Amino acid sequence: MSKRKSREAHLAVGDCVAQVQRILRERFCHQRLPDRPVGLESQYKHLLELLRRTAVHGESNSVLIVGPRGAGKTMLLRCALRELLELQEVKQNVLQVHLSGLLQTDDRIALKEITRQLHLENVVGDKVFGSFAENLVFLLEALKRGDKSSSRPVFFILEEFDLFAHHKNQTLLYNLLDVSQSAQAPVAVVGLTCRLDVLELLEKRVKSRFSHRQIHLLSCMSFCQYLDAFRSELALPDDFPDSKFSQEWNLNKSLFKSVQEILQKHFNSCKDFRSLHLLLLLALTRVSVSNPTLRAVDILEASRMSSADSKANILHGLSVLELCLIIAMKHLNDIYEGEPFNFQMVHNEFKKFIQRKSHSIHNFEKPVVIKAFEHLLQLELIRPVDGGVCKVQREYQLMRLMLDHTQVMEALQRYPQCPTDVKQWAISAFG
Amino acid sequence: MELRTTNICMKNFKSRLPDVTFYSRESEAACGPRGSVVGFSGSVSEKMLSGLHYPGCPEARLRSLREKLPCREVQAGTLLAIMGEPEQYCYPSIFIYGHRATGKSHVILTLLKELELPHAAVSCVECVSAGLLFEQTLLALFGADSAALLPRLPSLSDFVRVYRQVCAQQPAKQTRYIVLERAELLRDMEANLLPGLLRLQELVDDNVAVILLSEIVWDKFRPNTGCFEPLLLHFPDYTKAELLQILSLDSNPSYTPELYSSYINILLGVFYSVCRDLRELRHLAALNFSKFCEPLEKGEAKEGNTHKLWRNIEPHLKRAMQTVYLREVSSVQWGQQQMDEKEATALRGLSALAHVELPYYSKFLLIAAYLASYNPARTDRRFFVKHHGKMKKTSFLKKHEKTSNHLLGPKPFPLDRLLAIFYSVVDSRVAPTASVFSQISSLVTLQLLTQVGHDDQLDTPKYKCAVSLDFILAISRTVSFDIVRYLYDFI
Repeated sequence: MSKRKSREAHLAVGDCVAQVQRILRERFCHQRLPDRPVGLESQYKHLLELLRRTAVHGESNSVLIVGPRGAGKTMLLRCALRELLELQEVKQNVLQVHLSGLLQTDDRIALKEITRQLHLENVVGDKVFGSFAENLVFLLEALKRGDKSSSRPVFFILEEFDLFAHHKNQTLLYNLLDVSQSAQAPVAVVGLTCRLDVLELLEKRVKSRFSHRQIHLLSCMSFCQYLDAFRSELALPDDFPDSKFSQEWNLNKSLFKSVQEILQKHFNSCKDFRSLHLLLLLALTRVSVSNPTLRAVDILEASRMSSADSKANILHGLSVLELCLIIAMKHLNDIYEGEPFNFQMVHNEFKKFIQRKSHSIHNFEKPVVIKAFEHLLQLELIRPVDGGVCKVQREYQLMRLMLDHTQVMEALQRYPQCPTDVKQWAISAFG
Repeated sequence: MELRTTNICMKNFKSRLPDVTFYSRESEAACGPRGSVVGFSGSVSEKMLSGLHYPGCPEARLRSLREKLPCREVQAGTLLAIMGEPEQYCYPSIFIYGHRATGKSHVILTLLKELELPHAAVSCVECVSAGLLFEQTLLALFGADSAALLPRLPSLSDFVRVYRQVCAQQPAKQTRYIVLERAELLRDMEANLLPGLLRLQELVDDNVAVILLSEIVWDKFRPNTGCFEPLLLHFPDYTKAELLQILSLDSNPSYTPELYSSYINILLGVFYSVCRDLRELRHLAALNFSKFCEPLEKGEAKEGNTHKLWRNIEPHLKRAMQTVYLREVSSVQWGQQQMDEKEATALRGLSALAHVELPYYSKFLLIAAYLASYNPARTDRRFFVKHHGKMKKTSFLKKHEKTSNHLLGPKPFPLDRLLAIFYSVVDSRVAPTASVFSQISSLVTLQLLTQVGHDDQLDTPKYKCAVSLDFILAISRTVSFDIVRYLYDFI
């Protein structure tokens, strides 16, 4: 009996881990909405109030939600919509049109998308409209309810709003904001953008029709709030099947005490939730049947993985000849203070090193050295100054090194089995 | 089909895994009545699945995976952990970077194929336009009729719309993967393509993950206003020992593996400091092995006599570095060269300059052009005028090594200067006939000279000399002209 009971409790470890992975992956990877947005109370209230006024009272509004990438703009909007749609009258009445600056790169495409999302393709049929404005007015007319008294409220949600400002004449923005200012139909135009200077991008006539309402999501979280967020993001919900497991997981005292330093480093570089989710996902990938709880070493590994220097990793895999060429370029940069160089100069420096100081490096033929140089060009560690105009012979084309002094020296330290004469040459002051 | 039944079986067995790991002694008793499971549960233990484990995957399959991915177990394990189980969500975009031939495509495609996950593998080199990329993706994920729904010249908007439409009929039970190789070419396509693909999971609202493979680091991909940052994964380069291990897998069955390993050692000794690319090394190893085994076949040396074998092969490998490695000579020519054994004949390279034979005056024209390009105009008097008298040393000597013309490149010169130097350099009297001028044009056609400036300048065309010092030294040797004496940089 006891054996079966203990077996039942442990039977679920594999299942528990799978459940934990499923829940947390949905939260970190799929951006599942939290119950309430954290730390953004006033902005949430403002947005909700605005949208409610359009949906329930028929008032037209326009607002811009501005914040850096990963600050939670889309999350905020979706939470507000979710709460609004709980009201029965809103759910029945309101129509939503979601546009994205990345997808709808043209106003024509945007108009087709609006028609499609409002399910008015049949109504429009094969009609040809004179202008954008006519088309839009026709669509909004078609949304009027049976008694022709008023139109149904429409929410226009424009993601990557700054990209719409680059369209020709900004016709879409002009017309949408025009509708929101005139009393034709109750629309709410909500724009989400990562650019703080988005108003500078708008034309004067568009800007004047905009209500200048902006909701800023500049993250001002303190480190304590960040730690709380860390804990709550990892927390399993109450309805988890195995309560003992979820309790252990949520408490995990040893973890929370020992990760403060790592989290401080992350907090200092990037405060937003997106990078926190990435870190937690990397730590979560190390949770398995053999390791069912999250440990401090998992967070440490995740932190190390997410903050690795990519260029140093690439420099680690270069051959010795290519490394010598990079050191020659570094010396040229030091002597001539960053002026561009060409292959002949680098080869000259390399030959001086071979003749005077080197014992271990063989004197390679010029074509072999050119091949190594071209490999560095392909890796974009070197770039031509004028974008690769072909009039000049390739040995004389001017290039710049895209690494700086400290990166090269650090890469040398980590380089496996670096010959000592090469290291000495790099450290010496005058090549 | 097979995966589904095994998945269902695995779900039953998975819950029994902890029995085996935590209660090893009880496992025999516990698993006894489970019949067919016994063989399976006995083989599952933690130490065998070191680094490479996937819930619900039989050990035999993992073992075959490990054999197919030598020296890449850690990376494959990390990838599997990030991908997670098929029903769970994966991170929307993953960026895998590393040097050429470090196994990025090989690992990810092998994993996806062996585990039979739905995926689309597209190489961005083949996608001249974005439409081809969309078509191939839809074809691989959903079949031909969904690809037919795309309009002509589809944009990202059309792709997302069609995807959503098809996905509504076939919702994802497992994560779908889109693998894009040579992803650095996406930067040159439309500006919204890369940020759109990174967010594809959000835009289509489906369980899909985009995996980008590239040689170039992520810092060079980031758009100006930012984008959804993918998960970065690095595939490190192989160490020398790992290269040895992998190259030894190619060993010829008619010789012992130790012989092949010693051959690879010698090859790496010559080439490792120049090239670490696995593909190049495999190619070189395959080309030169028959030459290595020649003394064995002729009976001159035994297998253990590595010193003799090394002495035989090493000069050959050094010559290979100057020819086959640089693709100056094709592999077929190299093979023939080995069979002919004419060591004395120099291998004629593929580059055109080695084949060209110029007439007598053309050679002097070329020499004159070289002198005109690389000597400053003010020094012409000293070199080419017979009685130039004394010249002040200070104005003559060069000030700084950096201004050496051989480092900066050839300078343009007008036609008159070329002819002046030509007449002084050629020993016999030459009349300025049209044949001389036509030879200049043919030198331009051979790309030994390049014309600088506009085509319309008919009265003073300007040229530049486009040959290297080695070439011009060879040419001047054939006409017994000591060019070094006339070069300003070599005084």
